[in-house]
Amino acid sequence: MNIIILGAGQVGSTVATQLSKEESNELTVIDINQQILSDLQDHLDLRTICGNGSYPGLLEDAGADDADMIIALTNSDEINMIACQVAASIFHTPTKIARIRSPEYLRRPGLFAENSIPVDYIISPESLVTEYIYHLIEHPNALQVLDFADGRAQLVAVKAYHDGLMVGRALRTMNEVVPGVDMRVAAIFREGESIQPSADCVIEVDDEVFLFAAREHIPIVISEMRKLEKPNKRIMLAGGGNIGGQLAAMMEKDFQVKVIEANPARARELSATLNSTIVLLGDAANPDLLVEENIESMDVFCALTNDDEANILSSMLAKRMGAKKVMSLINRAAYVDLVESGLIDIAISPHQVTIGALLAHIRRGDVVAVHALRRGSAEAIEAIAHGDRASSRVVGRAIEDIKLPAGARISAIVRGEQVIIAHHDTVIESEDHVILFLTDKKKIKAVEKLFQVGITYF
Amino acid sequence: MQLLVIQRILGLLMMVFSSTLLPPIVTGLIYQDGAVLPFVEAFVLTLVSGFLLYLPVYQHKKELRLRDGFLVVVLFWTVLGVAGGLPIYLSGIYEISATDAIFESISGITTTGATVIVGIDQMPHSLLLYRQELQWLGGMGIIVLAVAVLPMLGVGGMQLFRAETPGPVKDTKLTPRITETAKALWYIYLGLTIACCLAYWAAGMSLFDAVSHSFSTVAIGGFSTHDASIGYFDSTAIQFIAIVFMLLSGINFAIHFIAIRNRSLQPYQRDAEFRTYVLVLSVVSVITIGYLQFNHTFDSTTESIIEGLFQVVSIGTTTGFTTAEYYSWPGFLPVMLLYVSFIGGCSGSTGGGIKVIRILLLVKQGVRELQRLVHPNAQIAVKIGKKVMPEKVIEAVWGFFAAYFAISALMILLLMATGLNQETAFSAVAACLNNLGPGLGDVGRNFAYINDPAKWILCLAMLLGRLEIFTLLVLITPAFWKK
Repeated sequence: MNIIILGAGQVGSTVATQLSKEESNELTVIDINQQILSDLQDHLDLRTICGNGSYPGLLEDAGADDADMIIALTNSDEINMIACQVAASIFHTPTKIARIRSPEYLRRPGLFAENSIPVDYIISPESLVTEYIYHLIEHPNALQVLDFADGRAQLVAVKAYHDGLMVGRALRTMNEVVPGVDMRVAAIFREGESIQPSADCVIEVDDEVFLFAAREHIPIVISEMRKLEKPNKRIMLAGGGNIGGQLAAMMEKDFQVKVIEANPARARELSATLNSTIVLLGDAANPDLLVEENIESMDVFCALTNDDEANILSSMLAKRMGAKKVMSLINRAAYVDLVESGLIDIAISPHQVTIGALLAHIRRGDVVAVHALRRGSAEAIEAIAHGDRASSRVVGRAIEDIKLPAGARISAIVRGEQVIIAHHDTVIESEDHVILFLTDKKKIKAVEKLFQVGITYF
Repeated sequence: MQLLVIQRILGLLMMVFSSTLLPPIVTGLIYQDGAVLPFVEAFVLTLVSGFLLYLPVYQHKKELRLRDGFLVVVLFWTVLGVAGGLPIYLSGIYEISATDAIFESISGITTTGATVIVGIDQMPHSLLLYRQELQWLGGMGIIVLAVAVLPMLGVGGMQLFRAETPGPVKDTKLTPRITETAKALWYIYLGLTIACCLAYWAAGMSLFDAVSHSFSTVAIGGFSTHDASIGYFDSTAIQFIAIVFMLLSGINFAIHFIAIRNRSLQPYQRDAEFRTYVLVLSVVSVITIGYLQFNHTFDSTTESIIEGLFQVVSIGTTTGFTTAEYYSWPGFLPVMLLYVSFIGGCSGSTGGGIKVIRILLLVKQGVRELQRLVHPNAQIAVKIGKKVMPEKVIEAVWGFFAAYFAISALMILLLMATGLNQETAFSAVAACLNNLGPGLGDVGRNFAYINDPAKWILCLAMLLGRLEIFTLLVLITPAFWKK
């Protein structure tokens, strides 16, 4: 696919890195900073153009005439919107994706339509990250919580502890341990390496286990890997920016929330928009402030500023001073590996969250959701099966009869309201949401193909 | 430095390029010229040595880093330059020495076109085609070809590509994927070659000569299958065809690409480098023709015009075809033509020399310095066309220019130390460093009668010229080898 990416910032670079790994994509990246572009060019096989991406002339140079998709990811909502408009009006680009950050625009659904501002898909990294963190706080024991089929089924990543029911036992005994709950171990990561979750596989302490189940079963499922903690109550957010503000607004009804913000103007603004949240003006790395605000009784401390280093350090400080669990927003992938599960309980990588949402639009076949797991080393895909036995390669077949590429596994099927955990004899029907795991990303094309309907269907 | 990765790629490239020895073998079989055996031997030798390099390290698949790219490119050009001499040496033609065989091969692959062989007309067809083929492969760049046909080079391909492409700005890609860019370049190259070949054929060359000369014309090489070069044919039509295709090949291939894609001639007109290229060649042509006419070197005006134009384009683009004995032309003309060869072709073309864009930048930078003397506080941007050139590029061009002249001065001295006279030494360095071919004085006709040490120095000059100096020079800096 011929793709133009606008903006080579943090989001843009991650997207470019991911997409350029897939051989069928031809990428052109536009940015106003030549330095960033040169760096990108050094490491990735793509074309870069320096300039303002919403100018028609520049888009033309970037090959907008025969581009299949434009992804506008600059940090300016307005430039992103105009770029999509230009791409639609002048170049008739089929798919236009724009990053929109400001809730002011997002609140008006009629705004982004073919005859007003022609954006096909809106990506809002801040909202996605906010939602992601919210899930984590909701489920105190999970490292990652992902929604499938509008939240009817969920995937949780849990770290196995001594006190988990299943720890030290083989997977085949799962049904004896918790009878009546259908679930599926989708993947196990041991010391960073993926291992095949076969029936004989024994779960060890410190394994990262990805479990799949219907939403209501998630707490029981988690209890297999570790003793359930008390639900979170008291939350402290360091950094009241876009994410911090949205998160506080979302949580303040159910939790006790405190937000630390260093910028007086922003703090005033927050206190005006938030109701029961306590907005504190100050530096999150100031121990006195933390002590004063009872850091030792906090269930979760969440560092959400733009600065990786500040986030890591303030989280470490909070942990040392007694916060039960600390989370930190970390943009640099190298830092994530460095601190996660050691100094910091959960490192949140905003790019991985965003890229998943974006990938869903880029995948062919009817793919609804794509989630990156373990910093992109594996992918969970939700695809809808269409057609009948003749036109589709999956419909009307039992799972054992489907020719899946190596490294791919079907974990579950969501049929209407019902979540069916996949067994070897489960037969897939038309309009089922099929949830797959893929540990080898090179096989992604094969999976897309599997879910494309033969020509006879139409 | 990832030496094992480099070894793997080198082995792989050698195996791939052993296949370039197949066309001469086929030619030899067709013409029954009795020179097939050396090619078969060389083919097996190259293939086996490539395989031996590759086999122990075939699992070392890693992305090439920037430094590895330089080393691969330099090693590849050197190894292939030397290995390319193998069939010539094995053929034992005119009892050729190893030095001469390697000189001939490097001269071919760097598209210089300086020859040490006298009696080319009597050589077997397979060997003749081989010399022309070497030029053709070197013209667009063997690495570029490798990137086009070996998709597994990945991002590493970009590193290699950059180390080989001529010109000051190396990041401009025609298409997002490097393999596609390399393919596009080769398609254009192939297209030009076929067109050139057909034109020559139609103008009266034999098919063999047409193919051979189209190789060396489009590659801006200068090898011929006759001692008298293009002059052998004594045909105005052929001279004109050569002029047209030399001119076309001296243009940046990226402009050809855009022009073909947009189906319009506007990209040429808009390109400042192209305009300068045409301007330089026109002015020099006018001077040359005028001076030839003034001195009555040729009998008729038409002859002056044709010979003048042909020689200016041939030397200005650094091709090095000859029809007349230009080195015996009157007054300043031979030296002026050599000077023009320093300017050379456009960046991203198959031509040699410093490249028009660099000269253009140097002139604009010089003008800026003058303006600054008048307006000390002025902010002046150096623009090419309507685009402002980054200061980094301008600095790099100055560095290149300085290195180019330092190297040529040093080499002239070295050549004189081996016993060459001043005229010969100067022109030989210019001819080799600019990848031109024919020089003046003792090297006016060919390079057969200079001593062996001088030939080795000139081999180095040709490689330096083709790889635009820095790619080779960077290898001798200690910083490059530090971990």
